[in-house]
Amino acid sequence: MKHVLVIGGGVAGMEASVRLSQMGYAVSIVEQSDKLGGKLNRWHSLSPDNSNASDLLGKLKSQIHQGIHKHLNTEVLSVIKNKLHFVVGLSDGTDLKTDAILVSTGFDVFDAQKKEEYGYGIYDNVITSADLEQIFRDEDELKTTSGTAPKRIGIIHCVGSRDEKAGHTYCSQVCCITAVKQAIEIKEHLPDSEVFCFYMDLRMFGRKFEDIYRDAQVKHGIQFIRGRLSEAFENPDGSVMLKAEDTLLGKPLKMNVDKVILMVGMIASAKTKKIKELLNLQIEDDGFYSIADTHYESTKSSVPGIFVAGACTGPKTIENTINDARAAAIQISEYLKQ
Amino acid sequence: MAKDFGYTISCDRQIDFDKLSRSMYLEVKKAEPSVDACISCGTCAATCTAGQFTDFSLRKFILLLRRGDSLSVIQSIDKCMLCGKCQLVCPMGVNTRGLIYSIQVISRRIECRNRRVVNKM
Ligand code: SF4
Ligand code: SF4
Ligand code: SF4
Repeated sequence: MKHVLVIGGGVAGMEASVRLSQMGYAVSIVEQSDKLGGKLNRWHSLSPDNSNASDLLGKLKSQIHQGIHKHLNTEVLSVIKNKLHFVVGLSDGTDLKTDAILVSTGFDVFDAQKKEEYGYGIYDNVITSADLEQIFRDEDELKTTSGTAPKRIGIIHCVGSRDEKAGHTYCSQVCCITAVKQAIEIKEHLPDSEVFCFYMDLRMFGRKFEDIYRDAQVKHGIQFIRGRLSEAFENPDGSVMLKAEDTLLGKPLKMNVDKVILMVGMIASAKTKKIKELLNLQIEDDGFYSIADTHYESTKSSVPGIFVAGACTGPKTIENTINDARAAAIQISEYLKQ
Repeated sequence: MAKDFGYTISCDRQIDFDKLSRSMYLEVKKAEPSVDACISCGTCAATCTAGQFTDFSLRKFILLLRRGDSLSVIQSIDKCMLCGKCQLVCPMGVNTRGLIYSIQVISRRIECRNRRVVNKM
């Protein structure tokens, strides 16, 4: 039985493992943390249907059967390529002989502290989209640091994305819809609050996304201001003053808000950099893995026998990540049949 | 009489959310709820005959109301001839003609209110 090693047990890694196993291959997953599921473990609800992240995680996990070998809390230490297979040394002492490798090392969340002018980690009432998901997941209420319900909330798009200074010129794809989803959730929790989204472009590319944007305005009264946040200042009472240009009116604008939510983007993971060295893979300027062909072979890496899937080849929605994982399984099986 | 001191004071162009009131927008919205669907695309302003000769732009007026700058809107809203062309082109189904009519009515109400206040003084 031919063997496939999957590096990274997030959404892409889990889905590909299940599909490969169904195709009759022996599969092992290596995951650095103590559980499968990756970033999905820390998310509350998903766009566009507001389904629970934990339901999807449960669905993915329920498919991972006994036959798939899991190496949790494990790192890949060494890889030697022989003619037709790879010999892989793992940190748990296992030495594996594998016929193909799927790399699904995902993404890291942009560290908002790098955008100093927004005050994350300095001003207490500035949090990130990931922090807010955690609050919702823990069934906590969104509160100011003084314990009151925020009356006015500013949501800041493109934090760490589309920003040469932050080192990431690309669009992270999912944060526009996440912003609108979270804005609606905030309004549902705090109907009397005012929510403002500061955006440069609203990239509502997915099916139903545009409808959600319309609902945000019409049903929830969420307000959109076209203009990138230039800077934020903390007032003595802990509220935060935001400065931007209202570019549709051509006027500078300032606003005090009780809470700021930064829509942090997706960046290439630290793991991606590590694995790239071990496997001699190529990455592009954006830090994500190169692929053989954008349109036709999006899950083939630059090295024969090594495949890539999910957000390690660029920001993706979960829907696209799952499809990518399935595509990778097909591409791997084609390779193994040769 | 104002004295000429040889200099002028520039008006503050900044939109200060803490000083402006959005009450007129809320009043307009009550009369014409479809205003909330506006995405500032500018199609209405591009097709508007009034906009070719004056600075009339429905897109801009909706935004000014949303930002609480009602005065600029009240001063200019009568330039619209209520021809309804903008309604034909709006991609979001905003009832633009009804909206402008509502803004005109509300503007007049506000002007009357202000006049009454002035007369009492
Ligand atoms: S999806 Fe939206 S918020 Fe995210 S980087 Fe792209 S434009 Fe910015
Ligand atoms: S109804 Fe008024 S705003 Fe609309 S196109 Fe005619 S003149 Fe312009
Ligand atoms: S055409 Fe409609 S959506 Fe576009 S700016 Fe005018 S009113 Fe708003």
